[in-house]
Amino acid sequence: MYLNGGFEIMKKITTPLTMDTIEDLKVGDEVYIYGKIYTMRDAAHKKITDMINKKEKLPFDLKNQVIYYCGPTPAKEGNIIGSCGPTTSSRMDKYTPLLLKQGLKGMIGKGERSVEVKEAIKKYKAVYFSALGGLGALYADSIKKSKVIAFPELGPEAIYELEVEDFYAIVINDAEGNDFYVLNKYN
Amino acid sequence: MRTINEKQITEAIVKLAIDANYFLPYDVVAAIKNFAKKETNKKAKNGLYKIIENYKKAKQGVYPLCQDTGIAVVFVEIGNNIHIEGDIYKAINKGIETGYKEGVLRKSTANPITRKNLQTNTPAIVHMEFVNGSKLKISLMTKGAGAENKSIVKMLTPGDGIEGVIELVLDTIKKAGASACPPYIIGVGIGGNLETAPLLAKKALLRNVNDNNKNKELAELEQILLKKVNDLKIGAFGFGGNTTAIAVKIESAPCHIASLPVAVNVQCHSARHKTICI
Repeated sequence: MYLNGGFEIMKKITTPLTMDTIEDLKVGDEVYIYGKIYTMRDAAHKKITDMINKKEKLPFDLKNQVIYYCGPTPAKEGNIIGSCGPTTSSRMDKYTPLLLKQGLKGMIGKGERSVEVKEAIKKYKAVYFSALGGLGALYADSIKKSKVIAFPELGPEAIYELEVEDFYAIVINDAEGNDFYVLNKYN
Repeated sequence: MRTINEKQITEAIVKLAIDANYFLPYDVVAAIKNFAKKETNKKAKNGLYKIIENYKKAKQGVYPLCQDTGIAVVFVEIGNNIHIEGDIYKAINKGIETGYKEGVLRKSTANPITRKNLQTNTPAIVHMEFVNGSKLKISLMTKGAGAENKSIVKMLTPGDGIEGVIELVLDTIKKAGASACPPYIIGVGIGGNLETAPLLAKKALLRNVNDNNKNKELAELEQILLKKVNDLKIGAFGFGGNTTAIAVKIESAPCHIASLPVAVNVQCHSARHKTICI
């Protein structure tokens, strides 16, 4: 899905994220993401956090991966997925520093993060992206494969492994500690 | 006396649930187009045009406008010449459950304590009003949680005055920031008491976004607030620019001489609602 309108230089990045990719990403950069990303929202974050604290094996290795804060609508017959835009990231803030400590490198959602999360993003060298909120129908075009890999009982809150192409996002918090939302307010 | 039965109400609600989630109201589309033309921030302008593309894709009926297909808020106006045969609450909830199933929509109601998903998207939140006439008017708003979570009710005092109202609206929108899918439509309820101010704010969101308030003072306040909100420069999707909100809608009611209740109901750009008359 080409969402940028074609007037900016776009970066194409693939997951899992490498340190080279992360260091190259700066606030305000528009990117297309390719590869696997994992959906996780409130309920899955709580479960994963409990598993980490109990030192249990996680359903997927967080190292260098990208999490997408999303709870899609069910797929209609013959489709890969339903509508699948981002949900509000700040609800995940209390869980995020621990996941970053475990090696998570990217998060896609919408809206501002807490001070603690922003500090953890800088400390562990990660990136926070915003997708365009409320455009769930368009985002379905970027999903090429989808399967539930954990917590199917949570329905829309299960963890989906998604394979994405041309997945549009903007860098909000980069590994250097810059914040795109803050910069906008003073420009 | 007209008789309307449960089945008629359920069928109407099924249609509303599906239509509301796949078709963005024309007035919202028109307002977004208008603001997109005027926007000078490139990223925000691009995003605003994508809202129009998303609307075009959703109306084909395969993908809902947004994955958060909302909690169902139902406003019913019952004419005094109507007799309803059966249980209207049962009829509404059956309509929501069926509509969310047939429309392949996300079920988002949960037990508040255990957090277990109820899998039906019911119960709907129902507001009934009795009016004159022989019509049954039903409006369904499918309200996402992103914007609802940023909404507020506050008991101001008379001394806080209009300045206090303005400050509360601006403070609420600053806190909503980029999180609740701007550009917003802001519903404001002024007056009444603790429970009526939020209801007024929610009802304000059912208005045509491009209309003018019939009350002169409120019409003026709506314009003042829209300008001040857009001066915050949060912008569409939080990307900066001049389109933090596309409309402010205010409804008011008399209140106690000692009170000034004010509610601010934040609505995301995917302002989904639809009305039907039986």
